[in-house]
Amino acid sequence: MTTLASRAARTKTVDTRRRLVVIGNGMAGARAVEEILARGGGVQYRITMFGDEPYGNYNRIMLSHVLSGEEDTGNIFLNSLDWYRENEITLHAGVRVDRIDRFAKLVFSDDGRATPYDVLVIATGSRSHLPPMDGMYTPGGRLLPGVFAFRTIDDTRNMVAYAQQDHHHRAVVVGGGLLGLEAARGLQSHGIDVDVVHSGGHLMNAQMGPEGGAVLRRSVEALGIRVHTGSRTTAVLGADKVTGVRLRDRPNIECDMVVVAAGIRPNVEVAVTSGLPVERAIVVDDHMRVPDEEEIYAVGECVQHRGEVYGLVAPLWEQAAVLADHVTGANPKAAYLGTRAATKLKVAGVDVASMGLQGPERETDEHVVFSEPSRGVFKSIVIRDGKIVGATLLGDSRKVAYLTQAFDRGLPLPEERVSLLFDVGGPGEEAGVAELDGAAQVCNCNGVSKQTLVETVKGGCSTLAGVMDATRAGKGCGSCKLLVRQVVEWAADGAVEEDPAANYYVPGVPLDKADLMAAIREQGLRSVSAVFAALAPGGAEDARSKMGLASLLKMMWAAEYIDERDARFVNDRVHANIQRDGTFSVVPQMKGGVTSPEQLRRIADVADKYRIPMVKLTGGQRIDLLGIPKEDLPKVWADLGMPSGYAYGKSFRTVKTCVGQEFCRFGTGDSTKLGVEIESRFQGIESPAKLKLAVSGCPRNCAESLVKDVGVVAVEGGRWEIYVGGAAGAHIRKGDLLATVDDPETVKLLTGRFMQYYRERANWLERTYAFVPRVGIEHLRSVIVEDSEGIGPELDAAMQRSVDSYVDPWTERDDPFTPGQFRTALPLEVLPQVPVR
Amino acid sequence: MMAGLSNAGQDAGLHVLGPLEQIPVGEGRAFGVAGEQVAVFRLRDGSLRAVSAVCPHKGGPIADGTIDRSVVMCPLHQHSFELETGCSTTGAGPLRSYPVAADAAGNIVLQLP
Ligand code: SRM
Ligand SMILES: Cc1cc2nc3c(=O)[nH]c(=O)nc-3n(C[C@H](O)[C@H](O)[C@H](O)COP(=O)(O)OP(=O)(O)OC[C@H]3O[C@@H](n4cnc5c(N)ncnc54)[C@H](O)[C@@H]3O)c2cc1C
Ligand code: SF4
Ligand code: FES
Repeated sequence: MTTLASRAARTKTVDTRRRLVVIGNGMAGARAVEEILARGGGVQYRITMFGDEPYGNYNRIMLSHVLSGEEDTGNIFLNSLDWYRENEITLHAGVRVDRIDRFAKLVFSDDGRATPYDVLVIATGSRSHLPPMDGMYTPGGRLLPGVFAFRTIDDTRNMVAYAQQDHHHRAVVVGGGLLGLEAARGLQSHGIDVDVVHSGGHLMNAQMGPEGGAVLRRSVEALGIRVHTGSRTTAVLGADKVTGVRLRDRPNIECDMVVVAAGIRPNVEVAVTSGLPVERAIVVDDHMRVPDEEEIYAVGECVQHRGEVYGLVAPLWEQAAVLADHVTGANPKAAYLGTRAATKLKVAGVDVASMGLQGPERETDEHVVFSEPSRGVFKSIVIRDGKIVGATLLGDSRKVAYLTQAFDRGLPLPEERVSLLFDVGGPGEEAGVAELDGAAQVCNCNGVSKQTLVETVKGGCSTLAGVMDATRAGKGCGSCKLLVRQVVEWAADGAVEEDPAANYYVPGVPLDKADLMAAIREQGLRSVSAVFAALAPGGAEDARSKMGLASLLKMMWAAEYIDERDARFVNDRVHANIQRDGTFSVVPQMKGGVTSPEQLRRIADVADKYRIPMVKLTGGQRIDLLGIPKEDLPKVWADLGMPSGYAYGKSFRTVKTCVGQEFCRFGTGDSTKLGVEIESRFQGIESPAKLKLAVSGCPRNCAESLVKDVGVVAVEGGRWEIYVGGAAGAHIRKGDLLATVDDPETVKLLTGRFMQYYRERANWLERTYAFVPRVGIEHLRSVIVEDSEGIGPELDAAMQRSVDSYVDPWTERDDPFTPGQFRTALPLEVLPQVPVR
Repeated sequence: MMAGLSNAGQDAGLHVLGPLEQIPVGEGRAFGVAGEQVAVFRLRDGSLRAVSAVCPHKGGPIADGTIDRSVVMCPLHQHSFELETGCSTTGAGPLRSYPVAADAAGNIVLQLP
């Protein structure tokens, strides 16, 4: 009886679903599974996925942005581990499949597992092709340290880590295609000097003809990347790490790293060893099935369909949909007929889009060309039978959305061909969008159709940013953003809300910074409430906007600013940094990190007297007293008798210095003195985000000047280098050299001028590490050093007003600004307590 | 009686928290009222709002938050809560809300349930 009962119980829990196994957890494999689930496949199948990368599925396209530091790896995941769990998918991450037994229907993986399947999907993608070069491998068969492929998250992370090591300054990128150029630009953002060696006659020769290639070359060289075309890298030099490369017919190039971006090769080993048909890649039919194999499908870059092998994502979205139609039986008639793929170079500042043919092939083909090399503009369109069959667009992306659409859908073209290249009354955007088929893919990178966008809008999402967040449309290469906007506007029937956060300085006032400042000045708005009343919709206050406005108004009006305390963040109301338990930390000013026995004694006494739970040296060369209740702050300041160090504000914070000339045997400039002077001058001035500075006495850079918002380095001959836009926090960036000047006075002048320009131009919370690359160092140099716009004296005067209006906020200890300014906001026992060390 | 408070004729649950001037315009202050921690805010239009003083997210001090006419934003991780209802507009748990107003003498009067 017992046996029977338990057996019955067991049968009940047996999963009767068929087993679907997917080899490859990349963009195609995961997309295929998503499509299968969308067709109710979760009821039919128990799904198992193998991926030899130890992660969930991520957007490989975005690795270019990760390399350039524009995106964090955390943000590029398309399917989180929760997604696998929620859909009951067994994911074997970090596990590689070696072989398939087609007859026993088993998949063998390198963890010793044999997994049975009823239906198998192969989505192994491709890998970087590493063309043979002498010296590329160590005797042990591993890549020589410093040689990198560019394909996976791990490749990208390793490359970033290597590029950021101090002594690495130069890289050679092998390959001048899309990937090579994106790698080159990405490396530059880590301060690496880059040469691109390309075996083709011109850059991106797979996508464009020689004329376009020549224009592209000028644009790439203008970014400071050296280009060597028609040359081959024959050897990697270096015994235990890269020291250079050898070129055919050219002198060697010395370098610290080599990135190989010389094409890709489909991963077909599993298919080959398992006896499946493989030519250039795994052969599939129009159903994405491997011929003669009822239950085996393949999808993505590892497949060859009608002789074509693709290296882009757009085809795999279409393939995945067809595959899912067959696997689930949702549409047995579905057929994949190939993709007309368009590409875009994801290099900021160099707009390149290309699709289809590079040039005319038949006598009857029309060819419309416009070339203006001096501006980096080149446009070429090939037309056959009244339809676009190819286009190359450089340096002007305005018509890209329309042309991509016309190419993709085979739309009829306007009679006047010139309107294809320029906005001379081309087809109205409205008509274009309305004509677009619902199933048409708008975002190729993330595979989002017009239908999906329309449904998202109808579902109540009425801002462009909202729709982009919800669907991920426009978040890949970005070339479809315009089209996404048009579709959203069309779907919302004109009721599309402007994206509040997109260009506004603060979310609650619908103006960008320049317009906001102009309106404030024109109407003489001196307080945050006056700004809301005059400029916010319906005069409505907005809590999220107050702090940004308070900072801006203080910067603009200096002493004339009307200081409403409710507009401040709590830190700025009580001049200390709020902690997780509602207590505060106090950091007294210690200019340039220089202190005295007397100061230290006072700090020690205060720490004793108020039983300060933790006293800590900060990374900013001063002393932090942590865990002080709000009501004790005034007494603590009074006993310290030192000014505030502003460790809590969106403001000028510190100047780190090194001991410098007076003591250090290498010092060439008095860095300590200059650092103290700079801190004295600019103490407490508010800015869009924190400003942290440093002054070092020689290029050994003990004060870490190269990774500061403004960093100063004394160099031989009594001169000083000024770097701006450096960072070493959440983002790492080496500062750009703004100027090399002769004396400390000029350092102070240019530092102030730069900071004032930043204060006036940067977005709220935009650190200099984002601002400097956005406006460009050349531009900054011309405005700040050469005064090309003639605004230098104005900037200097505005900064001087701010400097003059400085008052140490800790003087409020004796005379609180508002009633109950330092009253406790919380009995602390309900809060998590800070552990006392 | 004061607007906003139930005028059931009973003073049940009414607490006088002292003069309005304790709270600067546009800010909040915390009060311990009959064992409850309450944050009372004085809006820029002069009216009062009261919600519980401890953030449901991670215990942040709500009285130190930044407000506008409709929400208070916790200083620790910027969750927002409607001042009228206590409901979070950013997906956190709710705060409690309490009827509150100033009486003729300029005292803050709060009603606990
Ligand atoms: C105290 C200190 C850590 C220490 O014990 O050494 C510190 C503490 C905090 N840092 Fe920092 N940072 C401290 C030096 C740094 C440094 C190093 C430096 O200044 O030389 C950096 C990297 C440089 C930079 O700013 O890029 C640094 C990068 C950050 C960041 C990342 C900023 C970024 O955009 O990359 C944040 C987060 C933010 O600002 O949003 C942050 C935020 C914070 C806050 C204020 C978090 C917060 O909002 O409450 C921490 C306050 C702790 C507290 O409860 O008081 N802290 N922080 C250092 C104070 C320095 C000083 O004397 O003023
Ligand atoms: C830096 C970069 C930028 C790019 N930019 C663009 C762009 O702008 N536009 C565009 O259209 N395309 C771009 N691409 C190409 C795009 O990423 C690919 O077309 C796409 O990722 C292909 O998807 P896939 O699933 O076929 O292959 P992959 O994404 O490579 O996925 C295959 C997965 O299978 C795993 N795998 C392989 N063999 C096995 C095995 N035997 N067992 C288990 N797992 C295995 C691999 O580890 C990998 O995770 C870019 C690629 C890179 C690297
Ligand atoms: S930066 Fe140069 S001068 Fe300054 S402490 Fe370091 S070694 Fe000495
Ligand atoms: S504690 Fe209030 S938002 Fe986190």
